Amino acid sequence: MNRSLLADRIATITLWAIALFVVALLAGIIIHFLWASIGTLSIDFLTSDPSDFGVGGIGPLLWNSVYMLVLTLILTVPLGILGGIYMAEYARPSRITNTIRFCQELISSVPSIVVGLFGLALFVNATGWGFTAMAGALALTVFNLPLMARLVEQAIRAVPDDERQASLALGASKWTTITHVVLPIAIPGLVTAVILSAGRIFGEAAALIFTAGLATPTNYDFSNLNIFDSRSPWSPFRSTTTLAVYIWKINSEGLGSFVREIADASAAVLVIMVLFFNLAARAFGRFLQYRTSGV
Amino acid sequence: MSTAVFTDRQAISRPSTLRERLDLSRRMTFIAAIVVVLLVGLLLSFIAWNGIQLFIRASVPLLSILSPDWAPSTDQFGILPFILGTIGVMVVAAIIATPLSVGLALFIAEVAPTWARNIIRPAMEIFVGIPSVVYGWLGLTILVPFLRTNFNVVGFNLGFSWFAGSLVLALMVLPTIASISYDALIAVPGDLRQASLALGTTRWQTLRHMLLRAASTGIMTAVVLGMMRAAGEALAVQMVIGNRPVVPTSLTQPITTLTSQITLDMGNTVGGSAWNDALWTMGLVLLVMSLGFVSLVRYLGRRSQLS
Repeated sequence: MNRSLLADRIATITLWAIALFVVALLAGIIIHFLWASIGTLSIDFLTSDPSDFGVGGIGPLLWNSVYMLVLTLILTVPLGILGGIYMAEYARPSRITNTIRFCQELISSVPSIVVGLFGLALFVNATGWGFTAMAGALALTVFNLPLMARLVEQAIRAVPDDERQASLALGASKWTTITHVVLPIAIPGLVTAVILSAGRIFGEAAALIFTAGLATPTNYDFSNLNIFDSRSPWSPFRSTTTLAVYIWKINSEGLGSFVREIADASAAVLVIMVLFFNLAARAFGRFLQYRTSGV
Repeated sequence: MSTAVFTDRQAISRPSTLRERLDLSRRMTFIAAIVVVLLVGLLLSFIAWNGIQLFIRASVPLLSILSPDWAPSTDQFGILPFILGTIGVMVVAAIIATPLSVGLALFIAEVAPTWARNIIRPAMEIFVGIPSVVYGWLGLTILVPFLRTNFNVVGFNLGFSWFAGSLVLALMVLPTIASISYDALIAVPGDLRQASLALGTTRWQTLRHMLLRAASTGIMTAVVLGMMRAAGEALAVQMVIGNRPVVPTSLTQPITTLTSQITLDMGNTVGGSAWNDALWTMGLVLLVMSLGFVSLVRYLGRRSQLS
């Protein structure tokens, strides 16, 4: 066979092999955790308190992860959407626009541990709050806000100009055009943006160790609805160890003889959540696309 | 400065009217957009202020941090092992991940049939989304024992090591480098591809001599972004690298990085002590590194626009 044809054949086989290898690796990781968590993962594990003497559960930690996610989204989504609207619809080439753009890029590149340090200095120490869910959520906001704003901006920019012109030609103001024409069309993109950043918030740990604390939570009293009481699980001003932080904590402290089981099952929960967020983003985006455009 | 928002250097039509200047919705969205600038300002000043306390409050000489000796109990704050550890782990991770990632990007862009593409692209997104503690835990429970038992035969004493850290990081940055390289590859105009194939080249010759060359700046950007992610990763690395503050000399050696030392020591040191201040200085070094990476990415971006 011709030498260059042979090289072409070998290259094609190599590229196929690389792709197979990578996909097998991912499948392997997912199957490993599902397999390793068999026997531990149960409704009881997901709902009960951590224990020093047995496998226990991750109930409060799962609650904290969801709580932290919701709190961060409350802070991030409105600001992110408004900021994205500005960058897509109003911003013109200027020094300020360039500065905003540069700051967005810079923050997305700052390591999350450094964001954690910043949170420790500002939201924990300077405010005097101590390790709280609020400090953690604000630290998460620091690097999720630019991400959200960028994704929203892209979603809005993808809306065809015809739509805007049609609305403006009917006499609608710029703001009415944005809220009644542009945003509804951009909704699939916005939802995807929110769900993707939700997945990232759910798995984040490095930025939370020094801001939301490392205390192992037990005995949550959900009937205590006083959000200013630091014992209430509803309060944003209490130490809030999330599931991702817990995995790191138990194996760095090496406590208990069930670390392996607990961490395997917790990691499985995180992986399943990531899969869920990802599939949900796709399915929901497609569904909304269908609803709004019929295509 | 504030008028700069309303002036438009590329204005086609007219200067903005008074009503537009008072536009509330524009103001509201502008405030939301400018928050990120405020956050960056706060972040830079807080990290910088705390990062220089080692030299002010603890009056440690500036250049002494570049020594290889880290012994906080005897007031020796050489952070060279951490800086070199971070760079070393990052570079080896990039060397492992780049060929695989670029190969994968080439596969998705040029070789894969539609069904394969429909599997790999969502798989990449899931790969990116897996939390770093999960990678760390995987490294700790699977990779480290595997390396320890299987490489003894060939004379390597591996386990918690530089190599283990780089391997975990390579896995983590692989999808990042692959997806950005893919974007660079599909941005190459189809004409070039057809022109090359029309000359009678095989697909591989086209990929190697034309496509990879045309997309080289984009691929370099991808590698830089991947290295940036590797340098900043904390928990996964900390769990597998062994955490020994020595200047890295061998891949089989337990070493440490800036991020893993901060993670480990921050909770065990008292705020205001020289040891604690040294950790903030490491944070500042990381911040300066990411500034460097962002500038590099910007430079590469400008270069690709020019060409």
